[in-house]
Amino acid sequence: MTLFIVQALNGIQLGMLLFLIAAGLTLVFGVMKFVNLAHGVQYMIGAYLGVTFAGWAGGFWAGLLLASVVAGAFGLALDVVIYRHLYRRSELDQVLATFGIIITLNEVTRLLWGSNPLDMKMPELLSGSFQLVEGLRYPIYRIAVMAAGLAVAGGLAVVVNRTRVGMLIRAGASNGAMVEGLGVDIGRLFRIVFGMGAMLAGFAGVLAAPLVSVEPGMGDNLLILAFVVIVIGGVGSIRGAFVAACLVGLVDTLGRSLITDLSHAALSATTSARVGPAVASMLIYLVMALILAIRPTGLFPARA
Amino acid sequence: MSRASRMVPIALFASLAAIPILREAGLPIGGFLPLIAGRIIIFAIAAMSLDFILGVGGLASFGHAAPLAIGAYAVAILDAAGIHDATIVIPAAMLAAGIFALVTGAIALRTSGINFLMITLAFAQMVYFAAGSLADYGGDDGYSLDARIMWAGWKLSGRGGLYAVSLVCLFAAWLLFRTLTASRFGRLLSAARQNRVRVQSMGVDVFAVQLTSMVIAAMVCAVAGVLLANEAEFVSPAYAAWGRSGSLMVMVLLGGAGSLHGAILGAALVVLFEEGLGRVTPHWPLIFGPLLVLSVLFLRRGIAGIGRGDG
Repeated sequence: MTLFIVQALNGIQLGMLLFLIAAGLTLVFGVMKFVNLAHGVQYMIGAYLGVTFAGWAGGFWAGLLLASVVAGAFGLALDVVIYRHLYRRSELDQVLATFGIIITLNEVTRLLWGSNPLDMKMPELLSGSFQLVEGLRYPIYRIAVMAAGLAVAGGLAVVVNRTRVGMLIRAGASNGAMVEGLGVDIGRLFRIVFGMGAMLAGFAGVLAAPLVSVEPGMGDNLLILAFVVIVIGGVGSIRGAFVAACLVGLVDTLGRSLITDLSHAALSATTSARVGPAVASMLIYLVMALILAIRPTGLFPARA
Repeated sequence: MSRASRMVPIALFASLAAIPILREAGLPIGGFLPLIAGRIIIFAIAAMSLDFILGVGGLASFGHAAPLAIGAYAVAILDAAGIHDATIVIPAAMLAAGIFALVTGAIALRTSGINFLMITLAFAQMVYFAAGSLADYGGDDGYSLDARIMWAGWKLSGRGGLYAVSLVCLFAAWLLFRTLTASRFGRLLSAARQNRVRVQSMGVDVFAVQLTSMVIAAMVCAVAGVLLANEAEFVSPAYAAWGRSGSLMVMVLLGGAGSLHGAILGAALVVLFEEGLGRVTPHWPLIFGPLLVLSVLFLRRGIAGIGRGDG
């Protein structure tokens, strides 16, 4: 039971990281119809910049702030120089170009920081663990990541549902041409959304840095998970991204421990050690295929 | 069809056929070029099958590495069972990939746009993780073949033998897809890409047409998987990795989607970069990545579109 609670918490924590990445991805796709495979690179850049800035500026907090801002600015620069020209192109052209950006930036990262994984220290304030229930301790840092994810989700909900920019974002996601026709500077709206999404992904990268190994290509697998999230949630929907991120995080984390246990009972130890993780890794894709088979546009499609 | 687009495929096949002949004739082209060319041919078969559904049919599959891996794993599984007869291995691989495409395609075709990209990717990821769980066939570490497949007692042991068979398969695939594209079936497939509602209102079952094309493409791709496994004499889950699906898509788009022979050009470019330039410098992505971006920005119809005046 205690293991189950720990795994559920870990699942939510993974879900929050996924949400931070998926939020930008789903808005960028929802509003601009732009398939940005290079969004995972933004997460990687955030992590690397976090490690570097934390070293220069002395400490995690300065690293977090500087890296998020610089990662956002970098994403915005990519948007202005390259992505802007791809908005009106086919999805396939966007996939091809951003695939090119991924392999370029992964290699640039390898050149600048080397291939060896880097370490990021947790902030003093959040290291250590606390007693959750009798006989169960949980790291404070992971709770802090969850809190950060929830805070961003709450903030985004307010911005998207209560402010003028948010209204334009929602309108852009349901009918971009109409919004432009009403005299809104759609280019400016695009840059706001893109910069915000890039910054959130970078922020997620810094938050994840103490928990994972910071290495070239670290964004690639998370990108695939983030796409699973936005497709399950319904492209363009923040609410969908949040629900789907929690679902994917929980299914992935709980699936890993439960299936390994189950297969342990059913199969021999050596077989289950091999089969268990593989089946568990497959689980979220099974869930995704199932959801799309029943609801081809995801759970909360932005476009009615 | 313009004169150039008729000449380019002929020139491509001629130059691929010339490489081993020139080597036999004693030209100093080394062992490296035939090796690279052999892999270009195999990936060209896979990319061409993707081009048929993606370029002609507009079905952007981001999981085409799945049938490739299924073909390769059919070889591994039959190899472990001691079966190396090509007349069993190849049909078994095609059947397995065909059934896979039938089931997953029927689900995937309910979606469209980016959701289609992602659901095909999801199915390929399932194949990837399933392959990793095959403990009897090496799991994540992969499986080394005992022997290559044979045909009527003729072993495909030398590089030359496999090269010739691969080239014949590529040519057969090209003829098949050309014929299909020009047929009523191919015209319906292409028309459904341009205007699905209109084709449907003519009384055509678009779903059946698209699903059939996905099954055919997967079966041809499985042949590429069989050849790839035999070329490397090794099979691993990496054949189904999403990067492989992405690289097949890059081959199609870089070569020029919908042109079929463009897949050969695309495969040549990608393999030359990955394995040719990769030997010169580990930093080859620094050249290849920007090239992809530039080709999207400036070459709208891929390499096969150069010189057709519509850039």
